[in-house]
Amino acid sequence: MAVLVAVAVLAIASPLRGGEQVSHDDAAQAERTELEAARDAKYAEIRDAEMDYRTAKLSEADWRGMDRQLRREAVALLHRLDELEPEP
Amino acid sequence: MDPSRKRRTRLVVALTCAALLAVALVYTSFSAASEARQPSQLASAEPGKTYQLTGRVAAGSWTHEGTEHTFRVEDRAGGGPSVPVRYVGQVPDPFREGREILIDVKRSGAGFEGQPDSLVTKCPSKFTAEPKT
Amino acid sequence: MVALAGSVCLAAALAICLYGIGASLYGVRAGRRDFVASGRRAVYALAGLLVVAMAILQMAFVRSDFAFELVATHSSTTTPLFYRVTAVWSSQEGSLLLWVLLLALWSSLILFMTRRRLREVAPYATAILLGFGAFFCALLVFLESLFAVLAAPPAEGTGLNPLLRHPSMMIHPPMLYSGYTLFAVPFAFAIGALVTRRLGSEWIRSTRPFTLAAWLFLGMGIVLGARWSYMELGWGGYWAWDPVENASLMPWLTGTAFLHSVMIQEKRGMLKVWNVSLVLATGVLAILGTFLVRSGILESIHAFGASTLGIPFLVLIVVMIGGSIALVASRADHLRSEHRLDSLLSREAAFLLNNLVLVALCFVVFWGTFFPLISEAFTGEEASVGPPWFNRYIAPLALILVLLSGIGPLIAWRRATAANLRRNFALPTGVAVAVLVGLIVGGVTGSLGALLMFVFAAFVFGALGQELVRGVRARRAMSRDSAPVALVALVRRNRRRYGGYTVHVGVAVLFVGVAASSAFQDQRLVELRPGQTQRVDDYAITYERPTSRLVAASNGRLERIDLGARLQVREGDGGPVRVLETFKSYFPSTDASLGPISRFFEGEATSEVALRAGFREDLWAAVAPDIGRLRPRIEEGDEVFANATELSREDRGAFLAEALRGLSRSYTDSPPPATFRFIASPLVTWIWLGALIVFFGAGIALWPAGAGARRRATATGLARVARELERA
Repeated sequence: MAVLVAVAVLAIASPLRGGEQVSHDDAAQAERTELEAARDAKYAEIRDAEMDYRTAKLSEADWRGMDRQLRREAVALLHRLDELEPEP
Repeated sequence: MDPSRKRRTRLVVALTCAALLAVALVYTSFSAASEARQPSQLASAEPGKTYQLTGRVAAGSWTHEGTEHTFRVEDRAGGGPSVPVRYVGQVPDPFREGREILIDVKRSGAGFEGQPDSLVTKCPSKFTAEPKT
Repeated sequence: MVALAGSVCLAAALAICLYGIGASLYGVRAGRRDFVASGRRAVYALAGLLVVAMAILQMAFVRSDFAFELVATHSSTTTPLFYRVTAVWSSQEGSLLLWVLLLALWSSLILFMTRRRLREVAPYATAILLGFGAFFCALLVFLESLFAVLAAPPAEGTGLNPLLRHPSMMIHPPMLYSGYTLFAVPFAFAIGALVTRRLGSEWIRSTRPFTLAAWLFLGMGIVLGARWSYMELGWGGYWAWDPVENASLMPWLTGTAFLHSVMIQEKRGMLKVWNVSLVLATGVLAILGTFLVRSGILESIHAFGASTLGIPFLVLIVVMIGGSIALVASRADHLRSEHRLDSLLSREAAFLLNNLVLVALCFVVFWGTFFPLISEAFTGEEASVGPPWFNRYIAPLALILVLLSGIGPLIAWRRATAANLRRNFALPTGVAVAVLVGLIVGGVTGSLGALLMFVFAAFVFGALGQELVRGVRARRAMSRDSAPVALVALVRRNRRRYGGYTVHVGVAVLFVGVAASSAFQDQRLVELRPGQTQRVDDYAITYERPTSRLVAASNGRLERIDLGARLQVREGDGGPVRVLETFKSYFPSTDASLGPISRFFEGEATSEVALRAGFREDLWAAVAPDIGRLRPRIEEGDEVFANATELSREDRGAFLAEALRGLSRSYTDSPPPATFRFIASPLVTWIWLGALIVFFGAGIALWPAGAGARRRATATGLARVARELERA
């Protein structure tokens, strides 16, 4: 029990023992994860649209149009991701 | 109709529906509600009107003949007048003299008639020490 | 000594919460990752401390250590082990500890899972979660006495309220609290997202499993409570629109709305203000729910009288509401919709309508629950509304909700054309019409509301069945799997969709059960002598004979006296005869001023309901024996004991047992007429079945996609989009 407490205290007090870690790239990382989340959501939308088409909720013409639109949006997202700094 | 006017129309329709529902709710709640009264406040009870009586079952006042129960209810804080209540039905398991109850009542002669299935006994307090009767 | 360790744990927990808040906020503002990590570890440490505190308390209960005041007032040596363990949270203090322990555990989990992501948002979320932790720990340290010690421990405890001696009732609080505390997670991350203006989909995606789990657990807690009420309480109902029931329902309703509308935000970037408001409202309602049970501001079967906790909770709620509104208002420019609603004939529109209905439902429940306070504010008189008022508004809204749950899956995202609609609505509408005709022909026309619910549910079954079949067919066209394999693959790759569909089926089944059991119930309250028969619906119930029994606890002491009835039930005219037994259990009071015999009939009593549950109908029976006739014998027995002061302890015990045996025999030998409540309720089982289907569906949606599946999905998406790039 005492050992646990000691370990916990040490772990929590780590910043006070020196070891500064300044985070410069948090904003960039947040940008990246936002875009990745948006990209994944877009992929899910593309799959959902195909699912809707295959279960007869969308006519072929409607689907093709929507699919093209979604893919354009996905490409735009990928471009934005590329423009970001590469992950360290 | 251009899209923005369509949107505005939709918004207006939606808000109107919401407003109508809210008005209906508010109006019917005030008219359908039964006032909560403690026994000391029942002196001014009007006949034909239903009240939600809250109070304590007076010690030694509970008798029953089959499904017909009679007991007196006094104020939660004790002391003061108690009112007689007649209730036809089954009393809930926790029902005891000295326990707090809720019951919908209507004036009936000198006493009060409990409405069917409206008797609720408050759970004997889990959270505070209960004085034993 | 051990109790002191417990108190130290609580104080340390409070301290750690405060430190963690400071460390997280400083760390994120100064860009010091080590402080942020330290704040996160503070959450882990909090969880650890609270586990220790809970363990100390549990051990005291299990050992029946009556030096602990909490144990002495909520347990006894005759309480079975299972209930001794769960009695910890039957008390105000213990339940607060459970709440904050669960909060710490879930917070640790989400912070561990997001430790490398959401670096801007997570520290603020940590601070919020620890803020809740600090609040509850402060309550435990300053206002409640969890580890209070009695100078003179009693030999026997007060015992657990027998009404709570039901497995459902013991699992119900942990389920509810898990729901409430899990909802704190998306609340905290929403606040963090608002503060940092990171209002895209990442915080939603990361917290989604927790939102879904919260919804699932809260739902389970609510259903468990309903089931307990139906099976254990003597009134045979499962929902009374009691304020405490409503308090748990409200966050569940807004949580459901949020789970739907969040999908619109992810797809179209719309409804950001709405979503963030919903999740904040859910968090507030969850705290409000926790507060209502223990504040005493509303008259309720659960209200435990005014306690000292009302004011602090009220302050917390006001702070939460005020802070939320201020944050949303100040971030309005970041919450602008990226798109607009394309068409009213779209799944987005259906979701939006679903949201409006759910919020309307929540508003109705809220208004009705708080009406006593509202009316007092406006008219000076405290007035309350009853179940008929609630049902009047809930029923039509529920009908619309069920219908929508069938319509939504049939419409495409963005825009649906008339031709599509015709193709998709034909079969489900056909099924619904067929059911309507069948029911009318079958004479099930007593209640319009119930009829509509059955028809709408049929529509839902038709719609979702069609979706499933078409989905399997589509999958088979692509992969040439057999039908069962295709089904599994289909669900695995579209967990949210098919999990959601399963939930919708469950909800429809549940509402069919509610509608049928409300509209077509036959209930009788009668007094019967042995040999008499009562007809209820299709059944003839005969009171065969009375029963009585003395039940000893595991340590040999007498736990309770059961007085009841044996019933014979014949269904229809020539059906088989079944036997049902129901009784009332009388637990002794610990009041020493009462005579040893009458003590048994002045304590708590619970009903053991006889329930013959069937797929088609439930037959429910409860008895209230008339113990008034036993009074003379009871008083006689008390007098004998009062005079027999020279008896030894063992002799007293033996005499008491003999006297009680005689008493219970006299009940069966010359039984007075007993009062019975008989209820024949159709389709009640559908309610529990529907709930199980809902939970199963939520489980499907919650099941994490394996890392392989995620990689595959990304790779496939990438490949397709790459094709697009080449073309472009």
